[in-house]
Amino acid sequence: MTDAALTPSANSLRQTVEARLKKRHAQEMRFRLYGRLAIVIALSFLAILLGRIVTQGYSTFIDYQITVPVHLDASKIDKADPTGANYDMLVANSVLAKLGETDDEFGNKSGKVLEIMSNDLGFQLLKMVREDPSLIGKTVTVTGPVKSDAALYFKDQIKRATPEDERKLDNQQLDWMDKLKASGAVTSGFNTGFLTRSDSTEPEQAGVLGAIVGSLMMLLVTATLAIPIGVLAATYLEEFAPKNRWTDLIEVNINNLAAVPSIVYGLLGLAVFINWMAVPRSSPLVGGLVLALMSLPTVIIATRSALKAVPPSIREAALGVGASRTQTVFHHVLPLAMPGVMTGAILSLAHALGETAPLLMIGMVSFVPGVPEGFTGAATVLPVQVFIWENASERGFHERTAAAIIVLLVFMIVMNLAAILLRRRFERRW
Amino acid sequence: MLTWIALTALLLFSLATYMAGRRRAVAVTAGKPAQLHSLPGYYGSYAALWAGVPAALLILLFAMFGGRLEAGLLRVDPPAAVQELTAPQQDVFYDDARAIARGGTPSETIYDGALKTALEDKAAKSQQISSLIQYGSIGLGAILALAGVFIAYPRISPQFRARNKVEGWVAGLFVVCSVTAILTTAGIIASLVWESWRFFQAVPVHEFLLGTEWNPQIAMRADQFAGAGAFGAVPLFVGTFLIMLIAMMVAAPIGLFSAIYLSEYASPWTRSVVKPLLEILAGVPTVVYGFFAALTVGPLFRSFFNWIGAQLAGGSFDGLAQYLMQVQNQMALVAGAVMGIMLIPFVSSLSDDIINAVPQSLRDGSLAMGATRSETVKKVVLPAALPGIMAALLLAVSRAVGETMIVTMAAGLQARMTLNPLDTVTTVTVQIVTLLTGDQEFDSPKTLSAFGLGLTLFAVTLMLNIVALRIVRKYREQYD
Repeated sequence: MTDAALTPSANSLRQTVEARLKKRHAQEMRFRLYGRLAIVIALSFLAILLGRIVTQGYSTFIDYQITVPVHLDASKIDKADPTGANYDMLVANSVLAKLGETDDEFGNKSGKVLEIMSNDLGFQLLKMVREDPSLIGKTVTVTGPVKSDAALYFKDQIKRATPEDERKLDNQQLDWMDKLKASGAVTSGFNTGFLTRSDSTEPEQAGVLGAIVGSLMMLLVTATLAIPIGVLAATYLEEFAPKNRWTDLIEVNINNLAAVPSIVYGLLGLAVFINWMAVPRSSPLVGGLVLALMSLPTVIIATRSALKAVPPSIREAALGVGASRTQTVFHHVLPLAMPGVMTGAILSLAHALGETAPLLMIGMVSFVPGVPEGFTGAATVLPVQVFIWENASERGFHERTAAAIIVLLVFMIVMNLAAILLRRRFERRW
Repeated sequence: MLTWIALTALLLFSLATYMAGRRRAVAVTAGKPAQLHSLPGYYGSYAALWAGVPAALLILLFAMFGGRLEAGLLRVDPPAAVQELTAPQQDVFYDDARAIARGGTPSETIYDGALKTALEDKAAKSQQISSLIQYGSIGLGAILALAGVFIAYPRISPQFRARNKVEGWVAGLFVVCSVTAILTTAGIIASLVWESWRFFQAVPVHEFLLGTEWNPQIAMRADQFAGAGAFGAVPLFVGTFLIMLIAMMVAAPIGLFSAIYLSEYASPWTRSVVKPLLEILAGVPTVVYGFFAALTVGPLFRSFFNWIGAQLAGGSFDGLAQYLMQVQNQMALVAGAVMGIMLIPFVSSLSDDIINAVPQSLRDGSLAMGATRSETVKKVVLPAALPGIMAALLLAVSRAVGETMIVTMAAGLQARMTLNPLDTVTTVTVQIVTLLTGDQEFDSPKTLSAFGLGLTLFAVTLMLNIVALRIVRKYREQYD
């Protein structure tokens, strides 16, 4: 049939259909566009989030160390009691000497020098003198970080263009720093201190070692409790439990527990573990207990789906050659489900690693200036360290917060990659 | 420390029992192990379980509750001087006595005269009791372990069904592990209800649930227990609702549309790239979102609104301009928007599953009738998936209500009854965190009110979850 054969009314029908089709296709295109847009928005949020944290945090991994020879003036240090001397002042005077300046009688200049270099140098001197009192009267060289504000200037985050009264350092201090850097007394390098020190009140001396160790100890407690209990509970529910009201109740209960807000687990930990069972506050033990309860439902759910994936023929074959049900499960079904179980367990541990809110409830917000002493000692963990530093007022801590987040994310990425690799390497399709 | 040594010794003992039991099982058959009912290892395990488990449970129980037992025994027969003290003072006294006995640091209370001698006396007694408990529990454990061996060892004979017995122990372990989940729920409910009940004795329930003024700080002064309306939680509920609403307005459309695109349009390659990326977004810890909200989004939004305010200033909207120029970093919009970002992958992956569960035949039917893909999605797939999507959104709401770190770091502390997204509001979770971090006295309504809030939060999220899970369950059955 050709177009010419169409009657006028059919022609107009065709036109309306074509017009409508055009509209419908336009609608289709719009709809598809909305979908693309949604994905682009979601992914750009991810990019902005990660990009922002990396740009804020990467500079922490560069630090500026100052090296000065200090004359341990015998007249200023009491040999009998070396702790009493003002080592910071000795350092400040050596720096001033290096700059070719002399302190005025009120100590204004040395005070200003102390604002640009860390008191870590003074501590180092004290430690040296304590270990070897014969150093008094000699000249020693110490290397230590500059104060965080000074480091921010070197990193161009405090700018000279800012009016003098709006920044923490005045023009004279900036001049001095330029001079020190030009003379080679200040050198930059990779900030190992951030990974080998623990929390401190001075941003330039603060590091994440204590938090990393605390996190690992807490995860150890969580893993030793949540994984065996969760796997056994899931095995029971999946392989042994009769279908009755009790097991139904347990099942509904587990699904609901998985969606309980994490802060409620913190309240539970506070009321039961700390107030009732008197577990020490803010210890890795109590944190691990709370997180174990929190990750138990996820471990159970993951294990159950891994067990479901093992085909019934395996069970039937084992039972057929005379194995008991327990033997069937422990010798055949569980080993075959293990990759899936471990993947789920690692993912829930990664989730527990990033959890903060319940730990605030059980007193983990305290300042812990060292590596935790044991499972019942006070500890801090990485996400809580992020929270503590975020609340600190000094600018130097903001940079460190972002860096601590980078460390936390690296740990999480490693755990997730491990889970993915495990799944890829050992997963069996039946 | 002693407990650990005892437990290690017990472990070695039961290992030895295992070896002995196994050897005996082989021995009783006079060289024909095939006569045994079970494999020899089961006889060994049977003996080892009897030797190890009861004793280990006893030692662990004493290690966990020995401290409480000691504190209770210490209070028996109090000296006259101590009886005169008030109850809290007595608590401090006994804590100090135990701290001295343990070589710890006692409180700074000064005791003199009769009290001092009483303290020294009690400290010595505390040491006695605690060593009695420790050695006593280990002694009892040793007796139990030996008794276990004497029970199990003679039973070993070729007819003895050792495997069934060992599997009975394993079944017991299974049940104990499964009951942990129930115990957790019971523990949550019991602790929340118990502490809330103590709170509701100081502040009536209706005042808490319907009061419109929230100012828990007032109650810290002893003479102002529950000052009028200070514990009205309505502003917190409003604040939580507002932030949840903003979050859902961000997360629901973006999450839903990306789910539709991923399941209906995207090529397998796009799916394999985008889904893991969204999973990364889901895996980012909430404290990171909080940091992002507080230090990036907050200042950005504030300067944006301040800039608009500055543009409008002096014009016909001067009032609005003045308002915009003083908005703060902690406005509800910031916390809500960032929480919305956090929820996108949650909404998207749940809805993706649900959309995928709609049978292909429905789509094919619709496409065969000439509908375009978007028409199929809008008229066929979405209506079929609607209950499931509603459930996913409810679960997201429950997440938003219970989310803590983002709001703690990015929302304010002032409790205000407002639905203006540019105002600062506070939420239930923020208040729980503020009330319970730092120094706490466990009998002040200020601290206890956190449990009242926790109970409300738990009840609301539980309700949302139950409804959502029920919908999901019912809906899944439809197509199976």
